[in-house]
Amino acid sequence: MLKILKYSFFDLIRSKWSYVYFFFYLVISSSLLYLSGDISKVIISLMNIILILVPLIASIFGVMYYYNSREFTELLLAQPIKRTNIFLGQYIGLAVSLSSSLLFGLGIPFLVFGIFRSSEIWNFIILIVTGIFLTFIFSAISFLVALKNENRLKGFGIVIFLWMFMAIIYDGLFLLSLIVFKEYPLETISLILSMLNPIDLSRILILLKLDISALMGYTGAVFRKFFGTDTGLLLSTLILIMWTVLPVWAIVRVSGRKNF
Amino acid sequence: MNRPKNHCDDSCLQLGLLFLMTFYSFFCAASTVKVDQNGKVKTIHEALVMTTPGDTVLVYGGNYSEGTILIDKPLTLIGIDRPIIDGHDRESDIIIIASDSVTLEGFTIQNAGTSYIKDLAGIRVRRKNSFVIRNNHLINTMFGIYLEKANDGKIVDNQVIGQAIEEVSSGNGIHAWYCKNLFISGNTIESHRDGIYFEFVESSQLIDNISRNNLRYGLHFMFSNNDEYTNNLFEKNGAGVAVMFSKNINMYHNTFTNNWGSASYGLLLKEIYDARIEENIFDGNTMGIKVDGSTRVTYHNNDFENNGWAIKFVGGSYDNKINNNNFISNSFDLVLESARNNNTIDGNYWSSYTGYDLDKNGIGDIPFRPVKLFSYIVSRTPESMVLLRSLFIDIIDFSEKVRPMFTPENVMDHAPLMNKVVY
Repeated sequence: MLKILKYSFFDLIRSKWSYVYFFFYLVISSSLLYLSGDISKVIISLMNIILILVPLIASIFGVMYYYNSREFTELLLAQPIKRTNIFLGQYIGLAVSLSSSLLFGLGIPFLVFGIFRSSEIWNFIILIVTGIFLTFIFSAISFLVALKNENRLKGFGIVIFLWMFMAIIYDGLFLLSLIVFKEYPLETISLILSMLNPIDLSRILILLKLDISALMGYTGAVFRKFFGTDTGLLLSTLILIMWTVLPVWAIVRVSGRKNF
Repeated sequence: MNRPKNHCDDSCLQLGLLFLMTFYSFFCAASTVKVDQNGKVKTIHEALVMTTPGDTVLVYGGNYSEGTILIDKPLTLIGIDRPIIDGHDRESDIIIIASDSVTLEGFTIQNAGTSYIKDLAGIRVRRKNSFVIRNNHLINTMFGIYLEKANDGKIVDNQVIGQAIEEVSSGNGIHAWYCKNLFISGNTIESHRDGIYFEFVESSQLIDNISRNNLRYGLHFMFSNNDEYTNNLFEKNGAGVAVMFSKNINMYHNTFTNNWGSASYGLLLKEIYDARIEENIFDGNTMGIKVDGSTRVTYHNNDFENNGWAIKFVGGSYDNKINNNNFISNSFDLVLESARNNNTIDGNYWSSYTGYDLDKNGIGDIPFRPVKLFSYIVSRTPESMVLLRSLFIDIIDFSEKVRPMFTPENVMDHAPLMNKVVY
């Protein structure tokens, strides 16, 4: 598996899209830092970008990579190698290369700007960690979708729709249901609903660090307990890990049964 | 039958005393009595009996527990090496000032006890004027300093540290009722119900005080007019300052930080008129200012940073001027829901302003609407707070900004500044 992982990783690292992705973050974060000069404000702006863009790029890259390397995959399948190893190796290679673009693209400007001497270091780490989680989650989901669909167009369509659903539509439905059912006690439900969507969950993780003063304005006991203590941070991280493990497990299962 | 006679006797005696006093002070200089546990005079009570008005009592270090100490002559009491006056939780006041012109300096006064019936106090001033309470430490004295109808007093550089756990069984750090011309400066007040409480207090000044970790308010005005507080710090209180039913209160250069909770505010205004709020810093509060009825109030040159809500208006508020403030990184800058609005909010700096300045005059070319649709939604369905900063919310906020349907249309800053206000 390690060999395939290494091969995928270096294959992707050499591709121009990785560079484009890396330079995009480099330019965005360094220009934001240069223009505003206030690290905490830059982190808030980057949060919006990361929550939307990372899942989108990971999804598209995931399906693209799977479909493009299909011939090579078939070649590998003819060899005496376990299927699990082939697909997991490819997936991890992809996720790691995307994550490293993100990590270095954001990390270098912040390092130059002196993040280690700033009090915002924890907020920055949380930003990077959620970004990496989202990369792993969405590239796994896109790999899974691609595995299940031979038709490229259909695969792309599903992945784009999934992204749109989780990034925008889900929150719309969520808000609508809160407004419709506002006569009922909703605090536990709303917390659970926001846990079911990895983008929302990552957003809450960052909010816990940045907007805690506003979140404390709500009277509900469950909210206060969740936001006021480390329970929220711990629970959110656990569920993010689950979100990563579940699709990967599905990849293993589906790839084992699939006919090529 | 007896009464008039008695009264005469009394007044005769008073006249005689007055005569004697004048005579005495005319010919003899005020004397000094020393109280020392190893000396001749061992208790403060003894010393008080020996003194005549205008004398100075020097109390040397040691532990004095003598029940309630009643000061009924104009004296100066000075503690040297910080003597301790201990009430041993006997549920009574520790020092009562019952004379004009008393100075009390350099003591530690502790353990008044807790009562649900009586308001116990470390130092009580009852209907007397011109007192000075300076550099004392009051520890665990239900009410620290309790002023009843006492005027022209100075309370300077004291530390008032309580042990409040719940509101019903705790008192206020400095409690003033029907007072005038107080000067309260340089005090540190911690862990009481209200740090400083003013009820019917006129023409008083509060300067350079620190009030923190109080259960209810750091500073609380009720029915008090023409007062001013400057350069104070309010930190981690239930709410920083509450100003209620008062007129002409000036609030300058104060700092309100870290007041967190569902009913926590930096500053709470309720039914107030003609106040000035200038050059204050509101940082990291759940709500910077909550306004429940304010009329003709000026908000000028304040910094609102990292608050949940910078200013939230509920109820009718008219003729307020919100100009030249900095609104930086607040989750919500302004909430103002009443449809009828004649408040001016022009010329502020908003960090969430996205307009441009083509003519380079420092003023944004398009007006800014600080009231967001999401704040309207949150006030109706509080649970929707979990959606804060999500893309969907940004989209509906944007569409509301383009064409307001739910938020009041005329609430806007016509001249938003491009750069932070420096004052």
